[in-house]
Amino acid sequence: MAFKLNVNGHTSTVDAPADMPLLWALRDILDLRGTKYGCGIGQCRACTVHLGGQAVQACLTPLSMVKDQPITTIEGLSADGTHPVQVAWQEIDVAQCGYCQAGQMMSAAALLAKNPKPTDKDIDTAMNGNLCRCGTYLRIRAAVHKAATLASAAPGTKSMGAAPAMRNQE
Amino acid sequence: MKRREEKTRFERRSFLKISLLAGGGVMLGLTTEHQAVAQGRGGPPAPPPDAHNFIKVAPDGTVTIMAKNPEVGQGVKTMLPMLIAEELDVDWKQCKIAQADYDESKFTGQSAGGSTATPNNFMPMRQVGAAGRALFVTAAAKTWNVPETECTTGSGRVMHKASGKSAGYGELTAKVASLPSPDLGTLKLKDPSEYKIIGHSQTQIDLKDIVTGKPIFGIDVKLPGMLHASFERCPVLGGRVVSANLDEIKKLPGVKQAFVVKGADFPATGIPLRYPDLVDGVAILADTWWQANQARKQLKVQWDEGTAAAASSTAFAQNADEMNKKGPQRTLRNDGDVDAAFKGAVKVVEAAYSYPFISHAPLEPQGATAHFHDGKMEIWTNSQQPGPGRRGVAQTLGLQADDVVLHMVRGGGGFGRRLTNDYMVEAAAIAKQAGVPVKLLWSREDDMEHDYYRPGGFQYLKAGLDANGKIVAWQNHFVSYGEGEQFVASAAMGATEFPQRFVPNYALKSSVQPLGLRTGALRAPSSNAIAFVTHSFIDELAHAAGKDAVEFRMDLLNQAPAVAAGAALPPGVNAERMKGVLQLVAEKSGWGKKTLPKGTAMGVGFHFSHQGYFAEVAEVTVTGGNKVKVNKVWVAADVGSQIVNPSGADNICQGGIIDGMSELMNQKITVEKGRVVQTNYHQHGMMRMAQAPPEIEVHYLKTTYGPTGLGEPALPPILPAVANAIFNASGKRVRSLPFSDSGFSWA
Repeated sequence: MAFKLNVNGHTSTVDAPADMPLLWALRDILDLRGTKYGCGIGQCRACTVHLGGQAVQACLTPLSMVKDQPITTIEGLSADGTHPVQVAWQEIDVAQCGYCQAGQMMSAAALLAKNPKPTDKDIDTAMNGNLCRCGTYLRIRAAVHKAATLASAAPGTKSMGAAPAMRNQE
Repeated sequence: MKRREEKTRFERRSFLKISLLAGGGVMLGLTTEHQAVAQGRGGPPAPPPDAHNFIKVAPDGTVTIMAKNPEVGQGVKTMLPMLIAEELDVDWKQCKIAQADYDESKFTGQSAGGSTATPNNFMPMRQVGAAGRALFVTAAAKTWNVPETECTTGSGRVMHKASGKSAGYGELTAKVASLPSPDLGTLKLKDPSEYKIIGHSQTQIDLKDIVTGKPIFGIDVKLPGMLHASFERCPVLGGRVVSANLDEIKKLPGVKQAFVVKGADFPATGIPLRYPDLVDGVAILADTWWQANQARKQLKVQWDEGTAAAASSTAFAQNADEMNKKGPQRTLRNDGDVDAAFKGAVKVVEAAYSYPFISHAPLEPQGATAHFHDGKMEIWTNSQQPGPGRRGVAQTLGLQADDVVLHMVRGGGGFGRRLTNDYMVEAAAIAKQAGVPVKLLWSREDDMEHDYYRPGGFQYLKAGLDANGKIVAWQNHFVSYGEGEQFVASAAMGATEFPQRFVPNYALKSSVQPLGLRTGALRAPSSNAIAFVTHSFIDELAHAAGKDAVEFRMDLLNQAPAVAAGAALPPGVNAERMKGVLQLVAEKSGWGKKTLPKGTAMGVGFHFSHQGYFAEVAEVTVTGGNKVKVNKVWVAADVGSQIVNPSGADNICQGGIIDGMSELMNQKITVEKGRVVQTNYHQHGMMRMAQAPPEIEVHYLKTTYGPTGLGEPALPPILPAVANAIFNASGKRVRSLPFSDSGFSWA
């Protein structure tokens, strides 16, 4: 079946079975390999992307469910690493292996888009679904706070969350 | 510039080479540092590293430094080049870091395991940098016709003060190319007070690629014409394919090929201790991995399951109890007279401890990409031990080792899982049979059901205290897995395991039972289980003696017989170093000085492994229904004189603590009818953000010993520290992992 996908502001046609999860269309067909496979059952959320501005698990989202909702992946936060979440992740030196971090950052960006000044508890609640096998949770928490500060210090320079896709929708 | 001869103290034991994968468990041998690097690979000792292989300077002054070891999240791709850059005397910002392919003739030992990167490379990689610097000085001195001794360096330039001449390394690079790398032994290294890079936090080198989603991991490799493979293995180890419905599978959407892969032979009588890397299975190749894996769900394989189908965790535990009743099969150590000491003891404490098999479960599942062309097998791998992997591929496929070419890509976590190379051998075997480039990816279920598991085990302990509360006798019947005098991989216990030497009458006895699962090294192998048992039991003894847990341990550390001046220290714990970290962690945590609310308490543990000394304190709150919240953890570490990259070091220590807590609470692999029961993360729980302690404080006790690693030794003490804190907070002593089996959970 042919599906029109609006990913990171670009529209592409994907010919794939309707039950293929978005994750594999992104990785193996559209060549957007920043989104990661970890468990396939929604336990680790390494595959988190934004669908219509919401953080979703791409491994559990069949192509048939995507419809015309815009998709943002880690590549769409910003190509040059200037999104506040990307800046904060670099400044805090969050990653160890780095494999889960795309999903962590997409969850963080979705949280900050809704809640620009989250508390520790807000962060724990929003990020609790994202596993980090290396155990970088303390730095992730610090980086979310940092990203909130960066975004509020430079309002409007980079909108949080699904920026390119949302722009495209307008 | 002030330069000096290196005078760092190296203990003889700091050169203990620990072979993690030896079939008989852990092998120890004394080696020199250079030999240790070489012997990790087998074969003759490697020649000293040549600076030309590690350092390339472009005419525009850009410095490229090769990172030689596999990067699986331990930060080695940043840390090793930092050592080179420091002595090369360049600015870190000038440097580009490139991952080396596998070629030990150029790069010397290339592996990731045993927390060995720092101790094995701290000297040679600085020497490589210093050799590079010397080459640029020689080139400049020749150009200017001045003595080399009058030249200085800084920020990638050579300067000659008297003549006012100065040149960037880029301007000299053409000349340097023709100069031989100097003898490493003749080089003077910087005094640590001059360090500008070492000891200063540098962010992980791949961080920008990680945050922008660049395809840098093993799973991201893509080749033209590549097919995606999913591989069905027998749920029982050693099972053989009898038949499969391949014709039906080949008709499914996206499927391009489906075929049986014949695994290596093994004795028909049972499962050997070292299991071959290639098992029987069915490979399905498709346009996308999801289609290959979907097709696998329609696959019907008739297996000959073999003898391992009888294995069961329930039987393992029953056997262990029976074996304990029967008495030990072997004596590994017998100091003094344990029986007499028990008779004379005022108090005797007995306890049975156990711990399960657990899975490594790195977030990136196993896999590799392989392409057989022109008689060569080219592989993209994130193996932690590419050398043995290359030999395994060559042996399995009947190739020469030199015809197996390995490109090293980033791994999404290692934890010891990628020390074995089964997935690499599988990918190569499938690619050779398929005739096209193939990316093999394991599903999460494959990963959890076909691991080289951390071996479970049972320890039946008995200790005697004298009237002063001093431990006078210690006896352990260690029931593990193996055959005869051999343990399965990573299931041994060393005969000098603490508190050997600290207790005058010490007996370590063992029994083994056959297994039927593959086992291997998991982060801090052996230690991750032994520390829990030893320090939980020591805590029981402290309570029996009516003494404070830190004071009791300090007394125990003071019990080591004196070593004559100048004599080599015996193997095992160096009491002075351990006392140092124990005292530090007690101070930092305010041990014994805080009034904590009811239900909140601290616990302590320490452990020596992988040349590192760690003592840790956890403060926990236990609320109704056995809900546990770890409020804070304090870590004190002695890993020698220098932390190379403090940011990376702190991150790894904190990660080790969280990793250990996951093992403590929720992780367990069980076997029924030879099949692993757990399939995915929901059944093998990992700590999540809301459960993680809000604070983990890491303190380094800098000593004069050579720098060593901390990826592994940071982990073991946290298990007993939390377990002992839970006891102190709730009065409940849990002697079996994971704690969830005893009704505990994270708050």
